[in-house]
Amino acid sequence: MPTDKVAAVAIGRPIDAADAPGRGSSDLRLAIRELLRRPPAVFGLFCCTVVVIWALMPGLFSPMDPLEQNLDRYLKAPGYVDALGRTYWLGTDQQGRDILSRVIWGSRVSLIVGITTVVVSGLIGVFLGVLAGYNGGWMDTVISRIIDTLFAVPFILLAMALIAILGPSLQNMILAIALRTWIIYARVVRGEALSLREREFIAGAKAMGCGTTRILLLYLLPNLMSSTIVVATLNLGRMIIIESSLSFLGLGIPPPTPTWGGMLAEGRAFLDTAWWIAFFPGVVLMLTVLGTNLLGDWLRDILDPRLKRLGD
Amino acid sequence: MRAYIIRRLLQSLIVLQAVLLIVFLMLQITGDPAAVLMPLDATQEDLARFRHDMGFDQPLHVQYYNFLFGHGRSKGVLRGDFGFSFRHEVPAMGLVWQHFPATVQLALTALLIALVLAIPAGILSATFRNTWLDHWSSVGSMFGQSMPEFWLGLMLIIVFAVKLRLLPTSGYEGPQYIILPALTAGLYATARIMRVMRSQMLEVLGEDYVRTARAKGLAETAVVVRHALKNASIPVVTIVGIELGFLLGGTVVVEAVFAWPGVGFLVVDAINNQDYPVVQAAVALLAFNFVGVNLAVDLLYAWLDPRISYR
Repeated sequence: MPTDKVAAVAIGRPIDAADAPGRGSSDLRLAIRELLRRPPAVFGLFCCTVVVIWALMPGLFSPMDPLEQNLDRYLKAPGYVDALGRTYWLGTDQQGRDILSRVIWGSRVSLIVGITTVVVSGLIGVFLGVLAGYNGGWMDTVISRIIDTLFAVPFILLAMALIAILGPSLQNMILAIALRTWIIYARVVRGEALSLREREFIAGAKAMGCGTTRILLLYLLPNLMSSTIVVATLNLGRMIIIESSLSFLGLGIPPPTPTWGGMLAEGRAFLDTAWWIAFFPGVVLMLTVLGTNLLGDWLRDILDPRLKRLGD
Repeated sequence: MRAYIIRRLLQSLIVLQAVLLIVFLMLQITGDPAAVLMPLDATQEDLARFRHDMGFDQPLHVQYYNFLFGHGRSKGVLRGDFGFSFRHEVPAMGLVWQHFPATVQLALTALLIALVLAIPAGILSATFRNTWLDHWSSVGSMFGQSMPEFWLGLMLIIVFAVKLRLLPTSGYEGPQYIILPALTAGLYATARIMRVMRSQMLEVLGEDYVRTARAKGLAETAVVVRHALKNASIPVVTIVGIELGFLLGGTVVVEAVFAWPGVGFLVVDAINNQDYPVVQAAVALLAFNFVGVNLAVDLLYAWLDPRISYR
């Protein structure tokens, strides 16, 4: 497939400072053509788009008020039609609330927490990763040992304990998650910066008298972007799962705000009578994460083919 | 080689020390550990006395020293004394140790299931690359990595416990109780080990010595099993070790779903009851475990693969 190679060369790294101008729209067209050739990536993009639109305009899509309770509608099966002729496509929960509406509104917390933690931990991780990789020396040693340490501490346990101590809220949840996940970015960026600093264009910039800040911002960071974007996309799904796990354990955003993890926790008490409460939020959660993973795989193939899939 | 071992040991010691610092700082993060540890209705005098008794009125570095080496009746965490569980009124570390075997049992069973599923699947999809078998196992592994494990747990309960009535939903009373939790906990490990096994096999199958083996007329099974598999399994050893480390510290949610009486279950209960000494002891123990397993894997790896260089 020759066009694959063209795309990889045109979009892929390394972008030496010299070939930076004249890119742009043709890359975008190539990327779209690449995308259409990969059905899994299209499916991933579709899942992500749906969830993002839900989260932006839940009122437009949810058929009912997600908080409206009515005990007459206690645990109705999917497809139930009430006296007013309204259909509950995914059934109702133990308080008679519409599951479909709650699933749609629940996308908000997942996406807000997911995207914010990715951005916050990405910024911290890139910053410390560059510091460690580009400077080397004692700074590298210190940062690398911090990374090793945080890697060893069981993630969910640490996040749970922090949230419990600080009190459950959106802000504390993001803090507790980001405090640990930045190491994933830092590890990748550190490795990249280590090899980039030996490259000629950096030496050239130094020879031309560029200061360290200038080299970092203009020469190093642009070359770290693609791997960071790939790691961030692959990590987004993981963050959404962590958020839902914390909500499931009762350490998420307090009720009545609908969250997928919280809904699953409620559904747990009714596994034998009303399977749909625990089933549908999980399906949507899984498709969302699957979507980000498929997109991430595709981005990796076009942006950064050398990057191996990351654990954790 | 000896220098490498010594360096890895030193690194591990530094990490362990830093883990203890994190465990210590956990309670300090609010600025007032006494308020976190005491009941909400405690009076100002109670708080002040408690602060003094526990040494919380001392400078931070003194507190850390006391935390490590003991203070008053405490022997210090370096001798395994994390204080008393408020709720159960027994030493916190002892309580965590009591629950540890159940976690190990769950983690090992999950790893065993993951290996039994993932290794053959990885080998088969590499040997039959781009056939339906390969495609379906990729799809399966992709779904596996995208599924929240606690949700898989709930679905397994619905199917096997509620509908088919084959297995118990939760608890710890006999061998059949471990099946669903172990399947659930092994989910990510299965998906990841399979991916690594497949890509390693693909890499090795393209090597010259495999071509030579084929050229001298060996049957394909012999080529795969005797020549390729052996060389492909070295990186798999590493990933298996890492997965075991994750499993030992990461079965918290699964234990909560199935009421499996391991460390995770204990900690969720402790967090809900603000029993922080137990949480601290558990975080420390699980992190120590992770470091130990990783160290063992690295040394094993160095021993298995003589090509590795120790910088």
